[in-house]
Amino acid sequence: MVFEKIAQMIADKIDCDAAEIKEDTKFEDLSIDSLDITEIAMDIEDEFEIEFEADPSMKTVADLVAAVEKKVG
Amino acid sequence: MNFKILGTGSYVPDNVVTNDDMAKIVETSDEWISKRVGIKERRVSISETTLDMGLNAANRALENASTKAEELDLIVAATISADSVCPNLACMIQNRIGASCMAYDISAACSGFLFALETAMGYIERGRAKKALIVCAERMSKLLDWSDRSTCVIFGDGAAGVVLEATEEGFYDSVIHTKGGDDVIDIPARDGISPFYKVEQKHPFLFMNGQATFKFAVNSISHDVRELLEKTGLSPDDIDVVIPHQANKRIIDFAQPKSGIARDKWYVNIERFGNVSGASIPIALDEMNRAGRLARGSKILLTAFGGGLSSGAVIFEW
Repeated sequence: MVFEKIAQMIADKIDCDAAEIKEDTKFEDLSIDSLDITEIAMDIEDEFEIEFEADPSMKTVADLVAAVEKKVG
Repeated sequence: MNFKILGTGSYVPDNVVTNDDMAKIVETSDEWISKRVGIKERRVSISETTLDMGLNAANRALENASTKAEELDLIVAATISADSVCPNLACMIQNRIGASCMAYDISAACSGFLFALETAMGYIERGRAKKALIVCAERMSKLLDWSDRSTCVIFGDGAAGVVLEATEEGFYDSVIHTKGGDDVIDIPARDGISPFYKVEQKHPFLFMNGQATFKFAVNSISHDVRELLEKTGLSPDDIDVVIPHQANKRIIDFAQPKSGIARDKWYVNIERFGNVSGASIPIALDEMNRAGRLARGSKILLTAFGGGLSSGAVIFEW
């Protein structure tokens, strides 16, 4: 559920099909930079109603999903 | 009591530094800077002091306002890069233009113009000033670590000012916020050479946590604009022009939809000047004024955010 929502957010951000985004997709391969991740993190705060900071060590979609799932509980 | 802007003026150094020029100084590229911050070039002083730039802007604003220096009741300068700790920049501008009114500086970094405006409005409201000059002047290039590619490509030098006059109408309302802290943006002063002081000098150049700044900026714009629209009872459609602080084009692009105000009303000139701290908004205002793009009676919204942390917004009629 968290993955599907985040995949859709990323797809909206970079204008691609959400089906192209897998858990092991690297941000680098999507040409997503750290400011894009900050923007996605702010969208995540609105969507999941949580306080959320993007960690620069996050490399893949799975890293981001895991961090959000930890917050959502 | 209320105010209107009688005239505007600005000054930027002649020296244009392009992204390709920056790529010769630090490891960066036109593509990286353009994509990350939306800047193509900035002005960097070779010989102009902060006072030189502020004085030129002040004189141009006075001329545009058809106002003589001796008519002024107040000069407020906003700067974080004054040439001297004392005398302050406003006193030196007062000296050079030949005014005799009170003059002092305030420090609110990139929100400086809005804080100066708020200060001047207080004097106008109390009947202590009928005409006031606000000047924002920044030589940001002296605050930068020119080996730090994450910050040195972002900023530029320049100055701008406005002349205000007390009127019966024209001002709607303003909001000002501060959230004190040095973990997001910090520009340490030099510690001096006291033989007794044993605290280690912090790196005396501009530090900025890019992601935290981005988040604060976006939240400030969307929050302050919504708060101000609610306070004034105006709708997003009532606003004719929005001039945001020009810190990063992506901040503007991301915050604009959250504000509810249509994109074509937002003025952006960061591609030519970079972030000139508190001078960014009045430089943009002066550009629009001189290009004839501000119709009398149009409602203008200014929104700023920056070090402090500080933020603010104001709505007034041109």
